[in-house]
Amino acid sequence: MLARVNPFHNKYNHQNLEERVDLMTTASPTPKYNEGIVKLFTIAAIFWGIVGFLAGCFIALQLAFPALNFHEFINFGRLRPVHTSAVIFAFGGCVLLGTSFYVVQRTCRARLFGDPWLPMFVFIGYQIFIVMAALSYLLGYTQGREYAEPEWFVDLWITIVWVAYLLVFLGTLIKRKEPHIYVANWFYLAFIVTVAILHLVNNLAIPVSLTGAKSYSLFAGVQDALTQWWYAHNAVGFFLTAGFLAIMYYFIPKQVNRPVYSYRLSIVHFWALIFIYIWAGPHHLHYTALPDWAQTLGMVFSIMLWMPSWGGMINGIMTLSGAWDKLRTDPILRFLVVSLSFYGMSTFEGPLMSIKTVNALSHYTDWTIGHVHSGALGWVAMISFGAIYYLVPKLWKRERLYSIRMVNQHFWLSNIGIILYICAMWVSGIMQGLMWRAYNEYGFLTYSFAETVEQMHPYYIIRAIGGLVFTIGAFMMAYNVWRTIKGDLKEELPLGTRKATV
Amino acid sequence: MAKNTRQKENQTQTETTGHEWDGIEEYNNPLPLWWLWVFAATVVFSIGYVIYFPAIPFLNSFSKGIGEWSQYKQLDDIMQKAEQAKAPFENKIVHLSAQQIKNTPDLHQYALESGKATFALHCSQCHGAGGGGAKGYPNLLDDEWIWGGRLEDIVYTITHGIRSAHEDENSRDMGPMMAYGDEEILDKAQIKDVAHYLQTLSKKYLKPNESTERGKVIYAENCASCHGEQGSGSQELGAPSLNNAIWLYAGDTKTIIETITHGRAGQMPAFGQKLSENDIKKLSLYIHSLSGGEQ
Repeated sequence: MLARVNPFHNKYNHQNLEERVDLMTTASPTPKYNEGIVKLFTIAAIFWGIVGFLAGCFIALQLAFPALNFHEFINFGRLRPVHTSAVIFAFGGCVLLGTSFYVVQRTCRARLFGDPWLPMFVFIGYQIFIVMAALSYLLGYTQGREYAEPEWFVDLWITIVWVAYLLVFLGTLIKRKEPHIYVANWFYLAFIVTVAILHLVNNLAIPVSLTGAKSYSLFAGVQDALTQWWYAHNAVGFFLTAGFLAIMYYFIPKQVNRPVYSYRLSIVHFWALIFIYIWAGPHHLHYTALPDWAQTLGMVFSIMLWMPSWGGMINGIMTLSGAWDKLRTDPILRFLVVSLSFYGMSTFEGPLMSIKTVNALSHYTDWTIGHVHSGALGWVAMISFGAIYYLVPKLWKRERLYSIRMVNQHFWLSNIGIILYICAMWVSGIMQGLMWRAYNEYGFLTYSFAETVEQMHPYYIIRAIGGLVFTIGAFMMAYNVWRTIKGDLKEELPLGTRKATV
Repeated sequence: MAKNTRQKENQTQTETTGHEWDGIEEYNNPLPLWWLWVFAATVVFSIGYVIYFPAIPFLNSFSKGIGEWSQYKQLDDIMQKAEQAKAPFENKIVHLSAQQIKNTPDLHQYALESGKATFALHCSQCHGAGGGGAKGYPNLLDDEWIWGGRLEDIVYTITHGIRSAHEDENSRDMGPMMAYGDEEILDKAQIKDVAHYLQTLSKKYLKPNESTERGKVIYAENCASCHGEQGSGSQELGAPSLNNAIWLYAGDTKTIIETITHGRAGQMPAFGQKLSENDIKKLSLYIHSLSGGEQ
């Protein structure tokens, strides 16, 4: 027993080898791994995903039709953090926590550390965090820090939960029965550790009283702004990029059933990504009170980030080489691969928008919103859908999903929704930026702010439609998963075949 | 055919690293060269950028960069350029009245462009981006002028504001319109009668009947002193005319009753505190041009 938790223990000694053989050959009466916890996270992810998407649709409609702000609890200002937190931390978080528990057990050939109570605490604690955060937003409590809105008491709670999560993950890594740590686990660990640091620093605050919700940040002025954007940018970098790259590194090779393209590339792009991402935050503060030198560094680190980001895409997509034909029949693989295309697109767009001259146009416009959603819907959500579709039949021991064709329909709805969304935001964002800066021969501004708002109305409607289409797809996924769990199988022709027309 | 080629390519790939996790293996392909070169190029570009622009922090200062660029310098350059373009016009305008500017075509053209931008920034929030107004905020496109529509009237209104004596003692302030209901000067039935009468006065909504006849008498006793016997209003008192279809707070019975019951007292800030005299002249010319104003 001691040997199993000792990280310096020789994995190939006699005792261990016995265990290894035992695990591989004997069908033990209890399952080898804790899959119950993954099931819980999977269901939670689907639930929160739909909550988050619906909130997004509603606030999109509020922007197009301000009359929908008819009650204080559901006005845009309060619902917007509900939407962002629900999709990033509730949906994305549950996918990350669930898949990490699944992947780390299998790639370490070890049951979760602290099983069963510690992982269960992580699950329940995380759900409590989500509910506390969402309710406090609706009641009007916020730190006013983007993606870090929860007040101090919620911050303390999630810190405890996160430490428990780190313990489970690290403990499982330490007692692993594989000699090496698989690349997906590097990314998961980087995600867990860095998010912890980001969270602790950005939320340093002094509560007004121990019985009240309000607190004040330890930072002020431009230091405060920089801390916030260092946090928020790296929440994108380590939560939404590193974490989901971990998912990519496990689920793509599994689904394609081929080796990862390049171990060397994974090492180089991992360390390059980790080292460079953390410095790029200041590009959110171009042309502000932030000193010029910090803006410059934020920009150049963002530009150097381009290829390290693409390393993950290359490794994922090239893993398919020799198996491209599988895309024709496997919609789950379509989700996984197209998510990488969106990942590649938005990690190109990001460095582009960090260039000062481009940023002078794009900053504060809808272009930013479009950029975020090509990453959030295209990359994060689609790779999550792929992972969920992969996991559900495995977790519930079903032959396959209820309907593979429905996965394909979901895939196309997602694409249509995303494209409507991001194209509308590109057009409206760039138009908005151009209108703001338009001036005449004498140097006078051409448009009033209200005129730019009026011009954006049709694009706001298109955006809302895109979001609705995307959300319909998510409902189809929920239905498909539910029927799969029930044990139903839809009678259908395999994808890529047609009914004989004789 | 194509499939075969792919498989062939596949077979010539490098070997895996030899490890295996849950069935996953890894090839050890070299880094794609184009990837490496683009990465190197971004690093080279960044080094160049860091040399040219302010970038490296020291204890009490930072490297200024060989390009001598700073965001404040960039802003100053742009603002200076704009000021230079305006200077010849502004220097002339400062000595002229709004009417005199209007008589000089090139200055007038300039003033309209400038006034439009000022309007967008300071006026559109209440009066609408196009000047169409909103409930309680006068429409500037029609030919009704509550406080006067001649150029000098507009200049005065913008400079000193309306009922803004707390900002400017010369503000146009004739006191509010009385709250005839709240102060129990008229009862509900009387107010309703006046409202009906006003709708005949505006020649649009109602035909005379008993109620309007009663309202006419009440109007003459209570309202005519400011709004005029025939409802033609008074610019001196800021009392809107009531004999046309233009309504500041809407002309339906309910809104008119609300107006008479609670009174009205529209306010406008005194912009003399915020805008230069030149700006106000140009803005007045723009507003005057919207409807043609009064001569």
